[in-house]
Amino acid sequence: MNAPSTTLASPTRNPTDWKGAAMQKRIAARYAAERRFRLLGMGAVLLSAGFLAFLLFTMIGNGARGFTRTEIALQIDFQTAPILIDPATVNAQSLAGANLQAITAQAADKALGAGGDALISPNAWLTVRDAILDNPKVLSQKITLSLPASTGIDLAAKGDASETDEAAYARLQQSGVVSTGFNSAFLSASDATDPTQVGIWGAFKGSLLTMLVTLLLSFPIGVATALYLEEYAPKAWWTDIIEVSINNLAAVPSIIFGLLGLAIFLNLLDFPRSAALVGGMTLALMTMPVIVIAGRNAIKAVPPSIRDAALGVGASPVQVVFHHVLPLALPGILTGTIIGMARALGETAPLLMIGMRAFIATPPGGITDPATVLPVQIFLWSDEVSKGFIEKTSAAIIVLLAFLLAMNGLAIYLRNKFEKRW
Amino acid sequence: MVEHTVKAFDQDIDTLRGLIAEMGGRAEASLDNAMMALLRRDKNMARQVVLDDPKIDALEEQVERLVVQTIALRAPMANDLREVVAALKIAGVVERIGDYGKNIAKRVPLIVENRKLELMSLLPSMGQIAGEMVHDALNAFAARDADLAIAVIERDKVVDDFYNSIFRTLLTYMAENPKMISESAHLLFVAKNIERIGDHATNVAEMVYYAATGQYLPDRERGEAPEDAGK
Amino acid sequence: MLTEEQQALKPNNPKMTARDVNVFYGAKQAINKVSIDVDMDNVTAFIGPSGCGKSTFLRTLNRMNDTVASARVEGEITLDGENIYAPSMDVVQLRARVGMVFQKPNPFPKSIYENIAYGPRIHGLASAKADMDVIVEKSLRRAGLWEEVKDRLNESGTALSGGQQQRLCIGRAIAVEPEVILMDEPCSALDPIATAKIEELIHELRGRYAIVIVTHNMQQAARVSQRTAFFHLGTLVEYGVTSDIFTNPKADRTRDYITGRYG
Repeated sequence: MNAPSTTLASPTRNPTDWKGAAMQKRIAARYAAERRFRLLGMGAVLLSAGFLAFLLFTMIGNGARGFTRTEIALQIDFQTAPILIDPATVNAQSLAGANLQAITAQAADKALGAGGDALISPNAWLTVRDAILDNPKVLSQKITLSLPASTGIDLAAKGDASETDEAAYARLQQSGVVSTGFNSAFLSASDATDPTQVGIWGAFKGSLLTMLVTLLLSFPIGVATALYLEEYAPKAWWTDIIEVSINNLAAVPSIIFGLLGLAIFLNLLDFPRSAALVGGMTLALMTMPVIVIAGRNAIKAVPPSIRDAALGVGASPVQVVFHHVLPLALPGILTGTIIGMARALGETAPLLMIGMRAFIATPPGGITDPATVLPVQIFLWSDEVSKGFIEKTSAAIIVLLAFLLAMNGLAIYLRNKFEKRW
Repeated sequence: MVEHTVKAFDQDIDTLRGLIAEMGGRAEASLDNAMMALLRRDKNMARQVVLDDPKIDALEEQVERLVVQTIALRAPMANDLREVVAALKIAGVVERIGDYGKNIAKRVPLIVENRKLELMSLLPSMGQIAGEMVHDALNAFAARDADLAIAVIERDKVVDDFYNSIFRTLLTYMAENPKMISESAHLLFVAKNIERIGDHATNVAEMVYYAATGQYLPDRERGEAPEDAGK
Repeated sequence: MLTEEQQALKPNNPKMTARDVNVFYGAKQAINKVSIDVDMDNVTAFIGPSGCGKSTFLRTLNRMNDTVASARVEGEITLDGENIYAPSMDVVQLRARVGMVFQKPNPFPKSIYENIAYGPRIHGLASAKADMDVIVEKSLRRAGLWEEVKDRLNESGTALSGGQQQRLCIGRAIAVEPEVILMDEPCSALDPIATAKIEELIHELRGRYAIVIVTHNMQQAARVSQRTAFFHLGTLVEYGVTSDIFTNPKADRTRDYITGRYG
C-alpha cells in the first residue's frame, strides 16, 4: 500500500553541532550567568536579613530592659508619722490632704540615710497611696513597701549609669533592700513624666480604639465602593475619574490626610480634639483607598466562569455578588484590609496634626476621650531628655511590633480559613 | 475543488482513485482480450487473461485496506465520505467484471475446438459496447461526472437488447443443430457474462452518480432487467 | 427524496425561534440576519470555525450577552412564542427556563449538594429540606452522577474529576427544571471517556428538554444531534437534518468546512 508521505524539499543545511567547542563555550557562559544571578539574589537576601537581625537585636537588647524596673524595699511607720484620717473614710481626696510625698521622703531618709529620698522615684509616694487605698488599716501599722527606685538607681542596676549612682546602688545592694523584677506597671500604666513610672497601656488602648473606628468606617465603605465599581458601575468617563482618584488617594502622603482631618473634623465639624474618634476617621480616609484597590483586585480575580454559572441558573446580579463573588473575594479583601490597617496602625504624622500628641496620663475611656496611640507615644518618648526613656522607647517599639505581628497573623489565618479553590 | 487542509488526506484520495483506475483498466483489458481470443480462436491469449485475473483481486484487496484506513484515520465527511465508500463498492464490482472476463476466456478453448461453429456477428459488438460502458463508468468516477454516469446507465438497455437477440438466435440454432448444443450453450454463457458486465458497469455508474451528487438515482433512470430472469 | 428516517425528523415542534437576529459588539457585527428554529424533540448542534458567531448566538438565546455592556441584539427571539427581548420578559426567570452549561466545568466552590440546591433555593422551588433532598437526588440521577457521588454529597464540587464536574453542572442546570438547555462546547475540556458519558447523557435528556449544543468537534455534532446548523462569519450558512449535513451538504462552504478544506 502506498503510505501517504510528504517530504519537504529542504535546502541543504549543516546539522547543528551541539557538541562543538563554540557551543560548549556558550553553555559555560549560560551556566556562569545563572550562577552570578543566584549569588546576587542570595547576597540581597543576606543583606536584608542582616539589617533585620540588627534591628531586632538592638530593639530587644534595649527594649527588654524597659520591661523591668528596680525597686527598693522601704519601711514606713505610720505610727511615728501619723496621718490623721479615719481609716474607714479614707479615699483619694482625703489622702490628697495628707502630705504623703513628705512622709515617703522622710521614711526614705530614715531608712537609707541622708539623701535617701533621692534614691527612690519622685513618684514613689503614688505607690504608697495605692497601698493605703488598698488597705486603709496600714495607717495604724508599720509596713514595708517595694517602691520604685530613682532613674539613676534603675540604670545602675541595669549597668549603665554614672559613678555616684553606681556607688549608691552598691550600698543599697549591701543592705539588701534593692531588687530588680518584671515591670507590670509598664503594661498597665499610662504616660508619665518619670520614666520609671511610664506605661504603654494608655497608648495601646488608644491604638485599639482608633483602629476600631478606622475598621468600622473604612471596611464597609471600601468594600461597598469596590463592589460597586467592579460589578455595577457602567464604563463611563466619571467612573474612570473615580478610579484614577482612588488610585491617587492611596499614594497621597499621610500628613495631607492629617491636615484634612484637622480642617474638616476639628475646625469645621468641631469634633473633640485628640480623640480616638477623629484619629480613626482620619486614618479611615487613608485606609479606604487601599481597601478599595485590594478589594477590586480580589473581585476581579474571581473567575468569570463562576459569575456565568450563577447567572446561568438564574441568579440575579445581587445574588451573584453576595452569594458567590463576595465570599470568594473575601480572603483577598481581608488581606488588603489588614495590610491597610497595619499601615494605619504605624501612622504618626496625620495623628500629630489632629492633636493626638498631647501628654495624656490616663487611658481613654471611650472613643471621644483624649488619647494617644503607640507610634505617637514612641515618637514622644524618643524626644524625651531623660535617659530612662531610651529603654522605654524600645520597649514600646517591641509592643507595637508585637501588635503588628498579631494583626498579620490574623490576616494569614483569615485568608487560609476563607480561601477556596476552584 | 479546494485542497484539504491536511495534505495527506488529498494524497490518500488520489492514491485511491489511482488504484480504482488501474483496476478498471485491467478489467476492461480482461474483457477485450477475452473477446479477441474468442474471435481469433487464440487459446494462449485466453490463458493469459485467466492468469492475469489474480492481479485484479490483489488490487481490490489493496483498495479495501486503503478505504478502511482512510475512514479510520481521516474520518471523511460529505463528498469525501461518499467518494471513499463508492470506491470501496466500485472495487468490488470491478473485481466481478474482471471475473466475468476470466469466465469468458475460460470458455474460449471449449468453443473454438469446433471449427464448424460460426461465431455470431452480434457478439463482438455487444462485447465492445459493454467494454465502453466499463470504460466510461470509470472515467465518470475519475472526473466526478454525473452526466457521463447517466449516459452509461442509459446504454445498458442496448446491451440487454443485444443479449435478448443473441438468446433467441442461439435457441433457434440449437434446435436446428442438436450436435452443436454444447458449444452453443457455452456461447450463450459468454453472451450472458457480457450482459452481466453491462449490469455491473451500470452499478458503478450509479455509485459514481451518488458520489458526485449525493443523490440516489430515481428508479426510472435505472437500466431495466433483461427479459429472462435467469442470472 | 426524504428517507423514512428523515421524514420522522421533520421539524414540527419549534421551542424557540429566531428571526433576522443581528448581534453587534460595539460597531462590529457578530451575527448577521440569523433565522432558526430550535426544535423541542431534537438536539440541535451549532458548528462552524472559531469566531463564526455560534457561541455568541447561543448566548443570545438566554440573554447571557446582556452581561457584555457593548453587546446589542436586533431581531426577534421567542420562547414558546414569547419574545425574550421584550421589556416584560424577566431575564432571571428566562435564564432559569433556558439553562446553560459552559465550556469549562464551573461548579461553585461549594459542596456537591449545594451546587445542585442553589438554583432551586434562589427560585424558591423547595421549602423543606426533604423537598430539596428529592430535587438534588433527582437532578443528580438525571445527570448520571448520583451513583458516583451519593455517599459524598458534602464534599466540594471542585474535588470531582473534570467529566464529573461537567455532569454536576448539567445536574445544576436541570435542577431548576428548565425547558431548554444550552451547552457551549461542554466537552472541549474533557477526555474521550468523559466526553462519551456526556454525549450519552445528552442522548438521554433529549425529548425532555430542547437541547442546543455548540461544538468544535464535528464528529460530536454528528453523534449527538439530529439537527445541525453551520455558521460562518456570523451568518447561518446551512441548517438541516444532521445526517444530510454530514453526507450531502447543500452549500459549498458547509462541504468545505466539514470535509476539512476550510481556509
